[in-house]
Formats: sequence, C-alpha cells, structure tokens
Amino acid sequence: MATHRRIDVTKTGDVSVVTFLDRKILDEAAIQELGAELFGLVEVDNRKAILLDFTGVEFLSSAALGKLITFDRKLKTAKGRLKMCGIAPGILEVFQVTKLNKVFDIRTEAAEALAAF
Amino acid sequence: MADNPSAGCWQRSIVLPSERGSSRLVTDDLLEQLGLFGWSPEEIFAVHLAAEEALVNAAVHGNKLDPLKRVHVECEVSSDLIRLTVTDEGPGFDPEAVPDCTLAERLECASGRGVMLMRSFMNRVEYNAKGNSVVLEKCREASLPDAE
Repeated sequence: MATHRRIDVTKTGDVSVVTFLDRKILDEAAIQELGAELFGLVEVDNRKAILLDFTGVEFLSSAALGKLITFDRKLKTAKGRLKMCGIAPGILEVFQVTKLNKVFDIRTEAAEALAAF
Repeated sequence: MADNPSAGCWQRSIVLPSERGSSRLVTDDLLEQLGLFGWSPEEIFAVHLAAEEALVNAAVHGNKLDPLKRVHVECEVSSDLIRLTVTDEGPGFDPEAVPDCTLAERLECASGRGVMLMRSFMNRVEYNAKGNSVVLEKCREASLPDAE
C-alpha cells in the first residue's frame, strides 16, 4: 500500500473513498504530488471504483481541476468509475462555471454517491 | 508597500519572483485585508480564485518561470472595491484567442480555464493591448446598483 501525503484512502465495500488532507489545493508542488497519488490509485493499485470526498476542502485552483480531469480520464481508460461528493458551494460554482459538473458525477453526500456506484 | 487607512483603503505594490508558489506573498495579505474590510467569505473566495489564476498565469505562462523576470502587483482594497493589477515581463498574449473551455470538444482539456474563471468571479477583467497586464476588479454586492 502506497504512503500518501495529500490524500487519505479508505475502503467502503468495493469503493475506495478518497479524502483530501489539504484544505486549500493550490500550491503547484502539492498539486503535482496530489496528481501522482491519485494516478497511483488507478495505475498502481488498480482501483476501479473511486469516490473523491471533498469535505473540508475550501479552495482549489484551475491547475487542480486539470489533475482531476486527467485522473478521470485515466480511470475511464481503466474501465473504472469516479464520483465526487462533499463539494463546498464556492468550489461547486467553479465546476458549474467551467461546465465540469457535466464531466464529473457530483453528488451532495457520500452516502448518496456510494449508493450510486 | 503603502497603507492608507485614513482614506479607508489598503494599498500595496509588490514585485514577485517568477516562481511557483510566489502568489502567496500577495494573497495572504490581500485575503486578510478583505476580511478586515468586511467582505463576505463568498466574495473572498471569488477574489482568491481570480487572484491566484492571474498571479500563476503571470509567473508561469507570462514569464515562463524565468528567474530574471518579475511579476509586478498592485493591490487596492476598500470596503466596496478590490482592484488588483498583475503585470508580467513576458511577450503578452491575446486573451480573446483563448479557446472556450466549455465547448464540448474542449471540456476535458486539462488546462485553459484561468481567464474564464477570472471573468466569471470578478466584475471587471481587462488586459492591456500587449496582453501582459491585467486589471481585476470586484465590487461588494451591497455596493452594486441592482443590489437590494
């Protein structure tokens, strides 16, 4: 099992639930590290069902959005499924403005997202 | 740096190195001042987002992280207006030529959202003719003409 510095990963049934250890995801080095840890879930751990729970995350930059898009693409290529939940109103607005809410399956609560897998 | 509390505004001029992470040298104080002037958490979030995008664009895309180039920043905060001017020493770009990241064929591109986010979350985003300097402005909701 890989050691993570940016995320925490637990398992609920078949779903890997990822929470974020940073309240603000904006530092470029941290985003690179975050991306590498997320990509490892797919490319190294071979996880197929992943829920990103953003509870506690207050801010993310467009560079972080880019990592999420690449992560989603990698997971889709591996025939996996990604869902998101717990997104703060301001960040949700970022997803809506950029129309990324049409790319990602975003649910309000973790329970709802888990039930949708 | 200049503070002008007697005039009811906070001003700062700062020159940043073209390094990743240098934006915090501006945003930490800027966000604190917005809070002191009574801006809401939602408004502070919007300014933070736009400022971060402008500052990162200047250092990374404008100056290409060239250690010999600087990012010049002017901030002004009052109880009803935040104005941020970010100027890099790069060749400039045409903001109108940036593809619309919300088009279906570009929706899953990993980059190209910074300018759009700035425009969405601020009231005014204006580039100079060369395209290496941008002025961002946001007005407090309560001070807008159509605000209740």
